[in-house]
Amino acid sequence: MGTFHHGVHPPELKGLTAGLPIRRMPFPELLALPMRQHAGAPARPLVKRGDRVERGDKIGQAEGFISSSVHASAAGTVKDVRLWPHPDGSMAETVVIEVDPISPQGLRPRLVPEWEGLSPREVVEAIQDAGVVGLGGAAFPAHVKLAPPADASVDVIVANGAECEPYLTSDHRTMVEYPERVHFGLRIMMHALGVERAIIGVESNKPDAIEALRSTVPPDLDIQVQGLRVKYPQGAEKMMLESLLGRRVPSGKLPMHVGAVVQNVGSIAAIAEVFETGYPLIERIVTVTGPGIRRPANLIVPVGTRIADVLEFCGGMTQDAERIVLGGPMMGNAQPEPGAPVLKGTTGIVVLTGEAIARSRELACIRCGRCLEACPVFLDPADLGRLARAGRYDEMLDMHLSDCMLCGSCSYVCPSHISLSQMFGLAKAMTRKLERRRKEAEQAATGAAA
Amino acid sequence: MGAEGPGSGGGREKLRGEPESRRGAGEIGPSGQGAGGADRETPRLHLAPSPHIHTPDSTARIMWTVVATLVPIIAASTWFFGLSALLVIAFATLGALLVERGFGERGSLGDGSAVITGLLLGLTLPAGIPLWMAFLGGAFAIGFGKLIFGGLGQNIFNPALLGRAFLQAAFPTALTTWPALAERWTHVYASNLALPLLSPGKVDVVTMATPLGLMKFEHQGTDLLKLAIGNTGGSLGETAGLLILVCGAYLAWKNYLNWRIPVAIFAAVALSSAVLHAVKPSLPGAPFMLLSGGLVLGAVYMATDMVTSPVTNRGSWIFGVGVGLITVVIRLWGGLAEGVMYAILFMNALVPFIDQATRPAAFGTRAARKEVA
Repeated sequence: MGTFHHGVHPPELKGLTAGLPIRRMPFPELLALPMRQHAGAPARPLVKRGDRVERGDKIGQAEGFISSSVHASAAGTVKDVRLWPHPDGSMAETVVIEVDPISPQGLRPRLVPEWEGLSPREVVEAIQDAGVVGLGGAAFPAHVKLAPPADASVDVIVANGAECEPYLTSDHRTMVEYPERVHFGLRIMMHALGVERAIIGVESNKPDAIEALRSTVPPDLDIQVQGLRVKYPQGAEKMMLESLLGRRVPSGKLPMHVGAVVQNVGSIAAIAEVFETGYPLIERIVTVTGPGIRRPANLIVPVGTRIADVLEFCGGMTQDAERIVLGGPMMGNAQPEPGAPVLKGTTGIVVLTGEAIARSRELACIRCGRCLEACPVFLDPADLGRLARAGRYDEMLDMHLSDCMLCGSCSYVCPSHISLSQMFGLAKAMTRKLERRRKEAEQAATGAAA
Repeated sequence: MGAEGPGSGGGREKLRGEPESRRGAGEIGPSGQGAGGADRETPRLHLAPSPHIHTPDSTARIMWTVVATLVPIIAASTWFFGLSALLVIAFATLGALLVERGFGERGSLGDGSAVITGLLLGLTLPAGIPLWMAFLGGAFAIGFGKLIFGGLGQNIFNPALLGRAFLQAAFPTALTTWPALAERWTHVYASNLALPLLSPGKVDVVTMATPLGLMKFEHQGTDLLKLAIGNTGGSLGETAGLLILVCGAYLAWKNYLNWRIPVAIFAAVALSSAVLHAVKPSLPGAPFMLLSGGLVLGAVYMATDMVTSPVTNRGSWIFGVGVGLITVVIRLWGGLAEGVMYAILFMNALVPFIDQATRPAAFGTRAARKEVA
């Protein structure tokens, strides 16, 4: 069974929701749709206060190629376009829609594109137009991966069904309940990329998903379903390619450089939906779970639903709930603001209690070396942490800080409870800022010289 | 670090969609109600960076587990050397704890590392050493072996061994006077009670040469079974080789020590002394070299000190082999009968270089080089 080197074994904790069928959540009364739900440029709002929108209408236009469009996930009236709390902790430009309480919420009739008649370019455009992004968390626009540069030769598509984060089961349920959709999405992607071969990688703790996918592979497609050893962060692109294909992505490069495109199974199912039904990406499957939620569930949630509304639908939080995490507990963000919305990239809402997050006081590094054993990209987190504390960011770059994925494995294993990955995230942000300043200074200097 | 989300403190009674003006946001504030539902006491939300779950292991747990595994070893040395063993170890630990308490960070006693230093130092001392010397050694070990470098995690040398090196330099006679095994476990050597800085006089200590001393200065061997069990002369903790190995195996299984270091030390000592024995049969063979002196205690408990050993696994092999080879060289050709202490201290000094030389290549950097070529 395929695997990668290093990594950690956090408790899986998926039992709360792994067996629960996906249910649909009723429409909330209010939707907050940020224009920035994806990596790349934010979308440009197409509506203004007072506009009437139908479900599926485009309300934000992708700005440039690495960007994605945003659609209304319910019919209603635009109450405002304003700054609103974003799950990343900032305030972001957001279209706020008051949902029409008596609308049947049908989708406005929309032409379903016949995928066979479309050129690869038209497929890519249709996917961008439908606002499909990576649903595994990073929310990288899905169409960009389908339009590799001319010099890249892609020969295989990897469908990422690892779902290695503890607690989360949204991809798991997608694979169990909609395996055909995953295969159909792969078919579209293979068509767009001109690739003959696809592999679906699933961690072996989801045997029902592997079985469902295997038994539904269309006979005319070369799709393999492979089990993977359960280990975090198996779902990271580079780890996935090493585990499944033995291909190692060079430092600083993308999976394309080793001839592969990696896409999360949820996003592949969303691509399928675009061509099956014409739906843009206006809802997603969210795992609501954790010891601090009364009724855990796998829910279809309209994008833009406030976290508070989702929690309320799941019976609310328990008395001892202490932290709301968007995404999995290894990489997700703690939320200060239950009014922030569920985004396209929100895999789960995990409510943790004091017991689950108990941490002792941070102690000095005792150089036990566990972080080196954990780091899936073979960095030296102990030394990087020392440099980060001293603000020696240039030296951190020499030690390949840019290869750090912020997966949190080092922080997870550190017996001294040092927040290593937090320091690295900060250092990465600082180095980007310093780099930008340096460039600006250079430009100013050349401008003055000229 | 805690933060209370707006809307989680008040406004719980409001219905969804009801005007919300606390943040001056007009009529559509982000959260019109508490996240827990309208009628429930809303929990207080805490913020913290990811990851939000954590391994149950902690530094304090590692340290106190090490302390727990030392208990049977201390019991064995008490069996062999009488209550004196307990007293010597207790005074060494007391010295370490008092200095840590007095000059260390607040609450640093709780991490258990000072206790380990004291206990390990005690185990390297002869049973008949005056108690004040043991106390002084413990104080020196923490003060100059650890705190002067900045406390936990900052020291270059193993503090317990530094304390012992200090004692050996200051009181060479007391450190090399090995009393005979106690008749009963309640025995206390008279020399233990000598007063500070006064010459102990010639107390009637019956001494007993250590196996290494016998080998080196009198060219006599010692029964290997005796060596393994521990009823020979020597420091308190250096005699019960098998027991130390069992405790070390438990720690290795818990991943609380890097098994590569003791394995490398034993392999280096065994191989080099076997080769030397074959070339020159008058030199002792591998089994004697492995079981005698402080090698087992040093390899399992001293060389594996996380702070002063390499962080990389490749580095651990190099470190261990270095300790083993230097030990053999000092034992066979040096002026001292035993060399484990200096071997470890010497290799401690090299750890930063070993770490740098064995740092793993970042993911994908090797392939990248190949691609460029």
